[in-house]
Amino acid sequence: MIKIPKILCLIALLGLAACAAPDRFRNGDNTVDLNSRAGLDPAGGSNDPSSAAYFSQSIGDRVLFAVNESTLSPEARQTLDGQASWLTTNRGYSIIVEGHADEQGTREYNLALSAKRASAVQQYLVAQGVSAGRIRTVPYGKERPIELCSDESCYSKNRRAVTVLNAGLSS
Amino acid sequence: MKHMLNIVLFLAMMTLGLGNNAYAQSGPLRIEITEGVIEPLPFAAPQFVAENAAAEQYARDITRLVAADLTNTGLFREIPPQAFISGVTSFSSPVQYSDWKAINAQALITGAVSVSGEQVTVKFRLFDIFSEAPLGEGLQFAGTTASWRRMGHKVADAVYTRITGESGYFDSRVVFVSETGPKNARRKRLAIMDYDGANVQFLTDSSSIVLAPRFSPTGDRVLYTSYSTGFPEIYVLDVASTGRRSLAEQPGTLTFAPRFSPNGQTVVYSLSQGGNTDIYRMPIAGGGATRLTSTPSIETAPSFSPDGGQIVFESDRSGNQQLYIMPANGGEATRISFGAGRYGTPVWSPRGDLIAFTKQNAGRFHIGVMRTDGSEERLLTASFLDEGPTWSPNGRVIMFTRESQGASGAPALYSVDITGRNLRRVPTQDGASDPAWSPLLP
Repeated sequence: MIKIPKILCLIALLGLAACAAPDRFRNGDNTVDLNSRAGLDPAGGSNDPSSAAYFSQSIGDRVLFAVNESTLSPEARQTLDGQASWLTTNRGYSIIVEGHADEQGTREYNLALSAKRASAVQQYLVAQGVSAGRIRTVPYGKERPIELCSDESCYSKNRRAVTVLNAGLSS
Repeated sequence: MKHMLNIVLFLAMMTLGLGNNAYAQSGPLRIEITEGVIEPLPFAAPQFVAENAAAEQYARDITRLVAADLTNTGLFREIPPQAFISGVTSFSSPVQYSDWKAINAQALITGAVSVSGEQVTVKFRLFDIFSEAPLGEGLQFAGTTASWRRMGHKVADAVYTRITGESGYFDSRVVFVSETGPKNARRKRLAIMDYDGANVQFLTDSSSIVLAPRFSPTGDRVLYTSYSTGFPEIYVLDVASTGRRSLAEQPGTLTFAPRFSPNGQTVVYSLSQGGNTDIYRMPIAGGGATRLTSTPSIETAPSFSPDGGQIVFESDRSGNQQLYIMPANGGEATRISFGAGRYGTPVWSPRGDLIAFTKQNAGRFHIGVMRTDGSEERLLTASFLDEGPTWSPNGRVIMFTRESQGASGAPALYSVDITGRNLRRVPTQDGASDPAWSPLLP
């Protein structure tokens, strides 16, 4: 099993950080602003192209999916091409791909669907040259939405797979 | 004059076997649970007699609890004590049937409570007012004062059983996920309570996501899914000690949706590998997982038949979520759901006759039941989000999760009977989801 340092976890999602990798949601606490934790980023801020902040903000850490789908759209592939390129350059990170679903679905099905989404991203990244040993996936189903409303404007953002970087690859 | 009880209740599942014949009741006091509701059966429950001073509060509370259990079924209606003509001051004094008949009570429940040290003893009698005769023998239950609620539930179960001919469900517990915090930062922990929401105890803390607890057939253990390693994995927890053990064969394996076999020896669950979710079974003692499905589609939410011979589950192999039944050791699966929309979370009734499910159609969620061959589908509820049915121990009531919509949406537990009547919210202090109903307690 990959060991993940607890202090140095760098969270790309929305600039929110919670250092409890691999489940960065484990305390249900994702309200910490990354900016306030910039000092914890050993690779510098978002202007540093090798930083996790740069990865999330400039490369794009997430791809979105259609309802009940796990296939990658052309836009998703473009984002993942950028991720793969960045990851092959910046080899010091292990990766967890989180799969998520919107709330329109039963709990178990959404878990399975989000596992499929995360796996689609993992397989694409591997096909683009990222070492399979660096990537794990975790399905969250509908447990961790980022948008709260109950209509498509929120659902479309919640149907996502997020590539989360962890500093200190140690597998 | 022979009074014909015409309390014909709309618990229509009985009619699946009986056709639509709501036959007139004859003989002793009896609710025929069949189609066509007319009116709940009126009963009187004068305050149980306190046989010593220490029993006074218990006598009051137990009487209220018995009445609440019965009333909450929707099958019974309590006659308010203010209407009583005669009181009951002694457990052994003869019943003045005419006084109860005059206020249209059809059943009379009398009781007495005594307390000695830490022990409470409750005895009760049930009378059929119009037949002017007791219905069954008097019964007595004893337990600790701390468990006084159980004594009340046992009295109510006995009354329910004598009048309906069905086993009761009041002396039972529910394990569920207690939820606090906003939707994007929910804190979840396992909790257990009495079926009516009393006596809540937490079984885990909220340090990691927990999902979908399921009781063992004896109610002493709970299977659930936890993210405590960072990944969803199935665990078994001992209710009394809250000690837990991972059932994951290898760390980091993604497993979820566990459920016990009826003999408690086997766990059936979903395992996700390379994005593909299939159904597996393994001994509860650990080791030796067997794969039961091998398709590229999603197979999850397995539930055993009460005889242990079959498993109902959901699969999207046809293109969207539908229900299937396969032999308990795997093999060819038969699709049973064919209506419009998507079907998930099937749960086999403890009676074996029905399968409860979640249905998603046209933007709404429903809890429904169908026969095990998929016929006679009946939707019991409709809302923005209903899901995850669990059966009462007697297979007559279903509890489920209802989540309200929007940014402030929160989950709550509801119950409904198998005809869709008597929808009720189960009181919980915080948000609550994923209920699982225990068997009747011993």
